[in-house]
Amino acid sequence: MSVGSDVGPRAAPASWRLRLPASLVAGTAIVATWILIALFGPAFVGHDPIAVDLAHALHPPSAEFPLGTDSFGRDVLTRLIYGARIDLQMAFFGVAGPFVIGSSIGLLAGNFGGAADTVLMRIVDVTVSFPYFVLVIAIVAVLEPGLTSYYISLTLVNWVSYARLVRSEVIVLRQADFVLAARTIGIGEIRVMSHHLLPNAIAPAVVFVFTDAVLTIVLGSSLGFLGLGVQPPQAEWGVMIAEGQLYLATAWWIAVFPGIAISFLALGFSLVADGLAKLLHTAP
Amino acid sequence: MDRFAFVLRRPLQLVPVLIGISLVTFILVQLMPGDPVRIMLGPRASADAIAAVRARYGLDQPILLQYGTYLLNVLRADFGRSLAYRAPVIDVILARLLPTICLLFYGLVMAVAFTIALAVAASRRPGSWIDQAVRLSCVAGVGLPSFWLGLMLIILFSLRLKLFPVSGFGDSVTDVLWHLFLPALTIAIAVTPILTRNLRATLVSQSAADYAVAGRSKGLSENYVFFRHVFPNSLLPTISLLGIVVSFLIGGTVVVETVFNVPGMGQLMVRAVLLRDYFIVQGVTLFFAIGVVLTSFVVDIVTVALDPRVKL
Repeated sequence: MSVGSDVGPRAAPASWRLRLPASLVAGTAIVATWILIALFGPAFVGHDPIAVDLAHALHPPSAEFPLGTDSFGRDVLTRLIYGARIDLQMAFFGVAGPFVIGSSIGLLAGNFGGAADTVLMRIVDVTVSFPYFVLVIAIVAVLEPGLTSYYISLTLVNWVSYARLVRSEVIVLRQADFVLAARTIGIGEIRVMSHHLLPNAIAPAVVFVFTDAVLTIVLGSSLGFLGLGVQPPQAEWGVMIAEGQLYLATAWWIAVFPGIAISFLALGFSLVADGLAKLLHTAP
Repeated sequence: MDRFAFVLRRPLQLVPVLIGISLVTFILVQLMPGDPVRIMLGPRASADAIAAVRARYGLDQPILLQYGTYLLNVLRADFGRSLAYRAPVIDVILARLLPTICLLFYGLVMAVAFTIALAVAASRRPGSWIDQAVRLSCVAGVGLPSFWLGLMLIILFSLRLKLFPVSGFGDSVTDVLWHLFLPALTIAIAVTPILTRNLRATLVSQSAADYAVAGRSKGLSENYVFFRHVFPNSLLPTISLLGIVVSFLIGGTVVVETVFNVPGMGQLMVRAVLLRDYFIVQGVTLFFAIGVVLTSFVVDIVTVALDPRVKL
């Protein structure tokens, strides 16, 4: 979707040493930090993320509560750290299903063409006619609010993006000399697909994984905010922002900090996508 | 005028897509738990009333016939009844159409203004600090959750500076523009990064095109070349992106209307999901999808009208 930033003639590499784009390094560092926080952060916090403690309700940021407390007296920092577990998990599971299923379907349809390919393209046409958020919400609605419904919904809707990306690469590659050569020397169809087509066709889909992770986190926390995703009292960032909405004028910290957390995690994935696109030369 | 022949042909090509859309929305309600008629009529409905509605929506028939009935009903603008609003779904939706359309249009106008300003600033000197700053804000901008951004704008502009109202729609045109300023700003910020990246990339590549180099070598000023030649030539790829952008904006309205309490279709959808008012969910989903299809159609017409080389 994004037409890349590296437009213009590509300079020949000055040396064979691999130069990593700055955005890739920065993005990886941000995402890695969040993963470390999610894994080990809860061991370092002194509060409970869920237990209600009304005596300490709505405390502004202080030494004991660095990011303040919410209306139930829960430490915002503690909930933020536990929330990293949920929101990171959302990015992973929300993207993994569509990526695996979509890429496989795109590979098969692109390679074999024919009726399956026609059907795939019709499904693509119909799916992109729906606003993505609206269709995901509609499917979550007929299932039931919650994380599992969100994953099911994303998988049902979003495999199409990956299928389309991989298919368009495979359609070009299957005519390429190296693929014809592989077939000529008698390499089996499955091996041609898995060892020759897929590795060369997957780059745009891999880049999209990280763009998609951004969308998945934003949409997932939006669902939490709207009451259609993770349910309270779970410490999900969108849920936390919804709880802070009532106290914008008096206790701004409840809604402000979880949003900064979402933005930073999303920024990390966004930078990785930007850097990978440069590294793999996939300016779509 | 045969370049425009597709205007007549395209609606026919859209038929399969529209059938697909109706099929998806039909399946949506099939998937929902419980008996739709009972949900529609409420728990105290009599057996006769249930049987009557069942017959009216063809729910006592085989599934394929049910789909046929659904299709006919949709063509007659009959989307069923809303339980929560005790009214036909179509009436409930139409009553909320205007705020959403105003918000979408307002947001789109703002997004286009931001995009042109940012992309022009960035592409005049590729690689400069302005360009880098614009690029970084685009990378960061896609990850800003609209619902949170909306709340931050409320804290800043409504609660602290008291410049804009916290919520609502308004009665007169100026009142609406005033009420919808922050919601429109929120969804505009969400789509500006997508448009800006696209326009900037095209502007940079067009600035290096032969015709631009020729213009400069003939002594035309850089500004003249840029604004008279490069800029108009770069708009088309971005315009063709508008279909996707409108679809994004619609997703944005669902969240933003809830945050700012705008009485539009997005807020209606969220409430309907929470109330399990499935026919509203189905109707709104269908409406939005048809909106996206119509937008792409209009974008196609605009593309052909603007560029004599394009043939569809």
